[in-house]
Amino acid sequence: MVNRVIVGAHYGLRDWLMQRVTAVVMLLVTLVFAAFFLTHASLQFEDWQGFFSYQAVRVLSLLFFLSLFLHAWVGVRDILMDYIQPVGVRLTLQVAVIVALVSYALWTVSILWRV
Amino acid sequence: MANPSISSKKRPKHLELWKIRLPVPGIVSILHRVSGAVMFLVLIPVLLAALDGSLASQESFEDLRFQLSGPLVKLVVLGLSWAFAHHALAGVRYLLLDLHIGIDLATTRLWSKAVLVVSGLLTLLVAVALW
Repeated sequence: MVNRVIVGAHYGLRDWLMQRVTAVVMLLVTLVFAAFFLTHASLQFEDWQGFFSYQAVRVLSLLFFLSLFLHAWVGVRDILMDYIQPVGVRLTLQVAVIVALVSYALWTVSILWRV
Repeated sequence: MANPSISSKKRPKHLELWKIRLPVPGIVSILHRVSGAVMFLVLIPVLLAALDGSLASQESFEDLRFQLSGPLVKLVVLGLSWAFAHHALAGVRYLLLDLHIGIDLATTRLWSKAVLVVSGLLTLLVAVALW
């Protein structure tokens, strides 16, 4: 293996683990929301807003979305590394993905904690 | 030292490309990637916009419900539902493979088919719920 000490250890293990941990988090939260939807067949606005008035639901939702954005970063980066060979184009696309995901994270917080 | 009986063996060379077929686990794998890319590009912004509209006000909630009654929107939701179901089920299979569960060829083919079938059935359920 090429000696790449400049960025430190791991070389992908951290991303590999992040992808799997966030996947399990999303699976669990998905089950919670699936249970909610299955028990609220004809959902009304009051029930839906009432559900999100609980701090625990907001935190669980934020946990889901932050997991989603971290998971998406690992996956999309893998795709870009596989198919986009010119370094400049790949870097530009990676920066665009990072900006999009960070913006999504801020949007999520503003949705969940709107007054 | 190389075994001459192996090195001189006539190996089948399948250069007739139409005879080479992507095995079922390979199909599941590429669909996992495709569904992931689709969800990054479409599902994330759509999901956030929908969550935003559903929680903003009574009016935006009803407006969202009205938009969901459109046939084109239903098709998009159905497609995204398939992407989510396939990606999640194939993902569970990968997590099990990480734990060395179901890695022999027969089992991995069976579970790959199961991923395709069950994600199709879940998508069908969503279609029934939508229409």
